[in-house]
Amino acid sequence: MSAANPAHVAVVAYAADVHPGGTAAAEPALVHRAVTAVLGQAGIDRSDIGFTCSGSFDYLAGAPFSFVGALDSLGAWPPISESHVEMDAAWALYEAWLHLLGAEEGSGIALAYGFGKPTQGSLPDILARTLDPYYLAPLGVDADDLAALQARAAVDAGVCTEEAAGAAGAPPADGAAAVLLATEPAASRIARARGVRPAWITGLEHRIDMHSPACRDLARCASAEQAAAAAGVDKGPVHVAELHARHLHEEALLRAALGLGPETEVNPSGGPLAADPVMATGLVRIGEAARRVADGTADRAAAHAAQGPCLQHNLVAVLEAAPEGGPR
Amino acid sequence: MPTDPPGPGPLVGAHTVAFPGGYTRSTGPVIGRFLTELRDGRLVGVRAASGRVLFPPTEYDPRDGSPVTGDFPEVGPAGTVQARCWVADPRPAHPFDRPFAWATVLLDGADTALLHALDMGEGAGTDPPRSLRAGLRVRPRLRPEAERTGAITDIACLRPEVTGVRDTGRLDYTVRADAALTRYLEAQTEGRILGSRARSGAVYVPPRDVDPADGTPVTGDVELPPTGTLTTFSVNHVPDPRAPQVPFVTGYVRLDGADVDLLALVSGVDPGRVRPGMRVRAEWLPPGERSRARPSIRWFVPEEGAEEQAGEAEGR
Repeated sequence: MSAANPAHVAVVAYAADVHPGGTAAAEPALVHRAVTAVLGQAGIDRSDIGFTCSGSFDYLAGAPFSFVGALDSLGAWPPISESHVEMDAAWALYEAWLHLLGAEEGSGIALAYGFGKPTQGSLPDILARTLDPYYLAPLGVDADDLAALQARAAVDAGVCTEEAAGAAGAPPADGAAAVLLATEPAASRIARARGVRPAWITGLEHRIDMHSPACRDLARCASAEQAAAAAGVDKGPVHVAELHARHLHEEALLRAALGLGPETEVNPSGGPLAADPVMATGLVRIGEAARRVADGTADRAAAHAAQGPCLQHNLVAVLEAAPEGGPR
Repeated sequence: MPTDPPGPGPLVGAHTVAFPGGYTRSTGPVIGRFLTELRDGRLVGVRAASGRVLFPPTEYDPRDGSPVTGDFPEVGPAGTVQARCWVADPRPAHPFDRPFAWATVLLDGADTALLHALDMGEGAGTDPPRSLRAGLRVRPRLRPEAERTGAITDIACLRPEVTGVRDTGRLDYTVRADAALTRYLEAQTEGRILGSRARSGAVYVPPRDVDPADGTPVTGDVELPPTGTLTTFSVNHVPDPRAPQVPFVTGYVRLDGADVDLLALVSGVDPGRVRPGMRVRAEWLPPGERSRARPSIRWFVPEEGAEEQAGEAEGR
């Protein structure tokens, strides 16, 4: 689906429940709050949701199938149409978006949510488990070490300053976020009832780089460039951009990859450096960008989510108030 | 020199045959080439007139006695185990002082095999490892270059190819119990089992805040009896920190009055006699061993067996 196609899917509600200091609340409770909030905003019922997709990472809790446990908060009986990605929930939104694009006429409300409790373990060690088990993980190198490698590469290439490269990264937070997607006529109906504008998704793409940071030019983010180009970020002005940057040097690399100039307000929400509810942080970027389009303070916004060592995998969304061609 | 111990008895003495400084044996052009290449870290065979590659090389084809050619093709380094035997109790002359194997190995590209020691690892015991079999893929381990002299023992041994890596990583978490789990564990320290009742009337145990069936908040907690029925079970043969003795039984217990099963250990019964439908009763840890950091139910035992120690439990 390229940006040239008319948009059919909009973000119509977004909520997050984030606890920077951690919380004793269990994952289902966090999800319950976020999901209940978006349903309340939209004035709809759980039974109105045609498709549900979640993003999470079982290693955060160290418990297998913790993503299944979170379903308890949804009310999944009688059985619902549901899926899960072991990724940031921005990719769950991607699957929900695909589902709506391919769905029959009139079935169009989907829920994407993500959650995590990273404060219970050591996030650098946990993320190290996602590294190549033959050549990287046995070295004991962790996500923070790799981010430091990329920071140095970014400084050497003149992409960011020493000060930015040396700044502390985002501390992980416990939390959950939920986004409701809708096609017409539900999208306009829900937005009208809320007194906001639908945030139409006019571009949504993701691309991935080679896994090993040793194989890449760390001073640029090629897959983010490709995702941004495919999503059509440069097809119009970008008023607001929410970037999934856990370090300042990542923000500099992503600004370059998305081609954002000084006219673009980057991470007005505070970004991941203010709150990093791991596995929901990317979805929060989309939710926050959509919120600005919905409330009329931006007409066109970009949102970005990342996964993997040194920004390996990048997703870029473009959200617009009134896309060219308009919704069906 | 023989020595003569004092007194009567058989006369015994040590006797050694050796050339002072060792005996020098010429290698000839073929074996010499092989050992010279080996000292340099290369494994070469020799091509026979028939086209077969002999490894280690000989000056003649052992099949028909014909002279070999001057072609020394490189072989290996990997090869395939053919014959093998297990040495559980090595002797001093053996290359290892721990159990190992002897094996004949056909290196890739060779038509004749090499006999050499095969190191199956430090963990190998007196029984031959299961992976020691014909077809096992192995490679030579050469001695470090500075130690190589041009001898077959420049190959220190053979060892199996790498087929796996061991992941010894571990992750430690500090788990914070939510309100429902805290109530559940605290009640257990008093010997009570809490569940919760959903709006639909369904009773969940452990208690929950939300009905997983419809997502609505539950109406409140209920207390459940320590008795129930085993609905299904499995017999485990891998030790667990909570059940160090194997085999042990884990099962789903439907407490009387509950609508979902509780996962629990089952004890006090031979694993072979456990059956779905069996009536069971919670056996509690002694009060002094209970902690709100973990369940105070030690395990479930057959109801009859539990009654024998009921007085003990009531004595808390």
